[in-house]
Amino acid sequence: MSIVRPYGDTTGDGMVQVSFTLPVTHDKRAEGAAIQLANKMGLDPAMLVHAKPMGEGFTFFVVYGRVTHLVDTEKVQVVERDYPLLSAKDVNAVIKRKLRRRLSVVGACIGTDAHTVGIDAILNVKGIAGEKGLEYYRELAVTNMGAQVSVPELVETARAQKADAVLVSQVVTQRDAHLQNTRAMTAAFREAMPAGKRPLLIVGGPRFDELMAAELGVDRIFGRGTTPREVASYLVHALLGDQK
Amino acid sequence: MEKLGLDPGVVARARALAAEAGAPVVELARSHTTVSVERAVLRLAGVRGADSDGIPWVNRLVDAVRADVGLGHGVSVPVFAAMAREGIDDVTVLAQKAAAGAVTFGVPAKKVELVAARRAATRAANVGLKVVDRRRVERERLIKRFGDAPRRPWIYLIVATGDIYEDIPQAQAAARAGADVIAVIRSTGQSLLDYVPEGATREGFAGTYATQENFRLMRAALDETSKELGRYVRLTNYASGLCMPEMAAMAGMERLDMMLNDSMYGILFRDINPIRTFVDQRFSRQVHARAGIIINTGEDNYLTTADAVEAAHTVTVSQLMNEFFAHEAGLEDWQLGLGHAFEINPEVPESFRLELAHALLARELFPDAPLKWMPPTKHMTGDVFRGNLLDGFFNLVGALTGQGILLVGMMTEAVVTPWLSDRDIALQNVRYVLNGAGNLHEDFVPAPGGFIQRRAHEVLGEAVELLERIVADSMLTAIADGTFGIMKRPADRGKGLDGVARHDGDYFNPVTNALEGLR
Repeated sequence: MSIVRPYGDTTGDGMVQVSFTLPVTHDKRAEGAAIQLANKMGLDPAMLVHAKPMGEGFTFFVVYGRVTHLVDTEKVQVVERDYPLLSAKDVNAVIKRKLRRRLSVVGACIGTDAHTVGIDAILNVKGIAGEKGLEYYRELAVTNMGAQVSVPELVETARAQKADAVLVSQVVTQRDAHLQNTRAMTAAFREAMPAGKRPLLIVGGPRFDELMAAELGVDRIFGRGTTPREVASYLVHALLGDQK
Repeated sequence: MEKLGLDPGVVARARALAAEAGAPVVELARSHTTVSVERAVLRLAGVRGADSDGIPWVNRLVDAVRADVGLGHGVSVPVFAAMAREGIDDVTVLAQKAAAGAVTFGVPAKKVELVAARRAATRAANVGLKVVDRRRVERERLIKRFGDAPRRPWIYLIVATGDIYEDIPQAQAAARAGADVIAVIRSTGQSLLDYVPEGATREGFAGTYATQENFRLMRAALDETSKELGRYVRLTNYASGLCMPEMAAMAGMERLDMMLNDSMYGILFRDINPIRTFVDQRFSRQVHARAGIIINTGEDNYLTTADAVEAAHTVTVSQLMNEFFAHEAGLEDWQLGLGHAFEINPEVPESFRLELAHALLARELFPDAPLKWMPPTKHMTGDVFRGNLLDGFFNLVGALTGQGILLVGMMTEAVVTPWLSDRDIALQNVRYVLNGAGNLHEDFVPAPGGFIQRRAHEVLGEAVELLERIVADSMLTAIADGTFGIMKRPADRGKGLDGVARHDGDYFNPVTNALEGLR
């Protein structure tokens, strides 16, 4: 079945819950305005369950209601994982057999972004969600440059470390900084190194659209919830082809 | 309160080890200066403004002095000797001339001129320090007039739009909604700028630039709101990054009330050179001590990069080090907002009891410090409903363990910068817990020999072991080897190293002299 509706407590009931703030003082009219917005969003009937003044001239609303929209799961576009998920042991074994040296990975947060949480989750031994980071993989040589690394520094380090892959994390998205930084990074690598000599360029962060890889000039984008093992498996797949 | 039955001998041993580990670092800080320390001195001595490219005159002047005679003598004598020689009485005018290459700097050979330059520098620096002193008295007077925050913990809220003129109404709204402390988050790039931007700013990334004018504007706005609300609303910014000493001086002159100021944060998380950081930190803390500013340390950061259970003792070690460095710089216990955070993975069995044990340990180790209690961030997943629950438990630990400063957790952490409604819901959460359980600490006594006591003893024991290792290796080696966090930070690397200089025999700094009570 590819057509679905939201589920409250009965199949097909289409029930959703939304909350929002309107810049109006709380009164009857404000509540009516909230219902009007919900109606325009496709909630019909809309049930206003909570309204509360917040600061001067603002009211917060919680609305429950039925939406009429249908969702066709067949028409959803996503990037599916197109490589096998390997264990750390298998990743090491493939690198050892096929590359016969350690695979060099350079990671950084570029631009003014100071949030190392993403790159650390993927690279640090500590890892995330019970999975060890790439530093734990014996056959990966990891250089974690940390935060606020400039693009020239990154290119220089990638060159010095003979990087097979460059991982860039971007958390801050104000004014699309993550997109601008990524474009600047890929442009710098294109300028500094000929096509065959360039490392694999990978960006990750919670607000990237995984479909934008080509547009940003990177080989792969990893979104929210990516684990180190997925990245390691991808590296092996993309750089060494399928194992065996 | 003494709820954990800590062994006073072990506590004393921990403190003694921290002092032993810190002593060589203090020696290092006492024998070096940095470009930012010298710029802070010049700011206090009256240099104002920036050139047409936005480079502050203090930077131009320090660079000019340094090019002629180096930093090792301090800039004060060369600058004030040049003023006398050139017949200039405004130090900003001298900076402008120096930037045009019209002044050469040197240390006077004649004793009379040297003494005169030192005297003139001391007089000028004292004018700045007097402003700091007046601001401190003014704070005390306003707290008396308007009234203080109605309870502990103080409720600490963040604003961060990038535009100071947007920040102001948001900060005022947050204060009206119940905030006792407003922190203006800095633009992410600022910690690595080796100058302080000038004037009111309207653009920033995930925060607003810290400038002296922005400090002034926000403080004035909050004074209005304090008057309206009948309680003094405190203002917080950051004395961190490459301009830490200047930030401290500006904060003192503009009556900021609290400053984030950690002894190792810049080294570990910003890759700033360790020596640069320790020198800058000591000076900035001396200024904070004089200004009556409460510092907030950054131990929460250890827990966001490492596991909050495994790394619990690194927080304790850092708190002890921060306490030692702070006392050495003249700060009193009431000025030590030592940090810690609620960052244990909620999936870990007994996570709440572990949090309670860690928070209570901090409380009992530092009974007179207004601890800064930081909300969960690492395990906020975007599930805002669960996030709100976690924040409630965070608030409860805060109430149960008598925390001094409570940074309000947002259930939209890691999703968006807080919306108006997020802030309101978060404050509702805090109010519910403090109203319903604010005095629960009176009844809450962990069972003797029970889980919480045992855990606290265990963490303290691990902290002592780690301190022993740091003493054996030396602090700088421990930092170089990645003992704190997983980052390795050798003393000869990192940003800002080229702005560090060893004192020459005739080094002179009128501000340090005044702050250390020397003549």
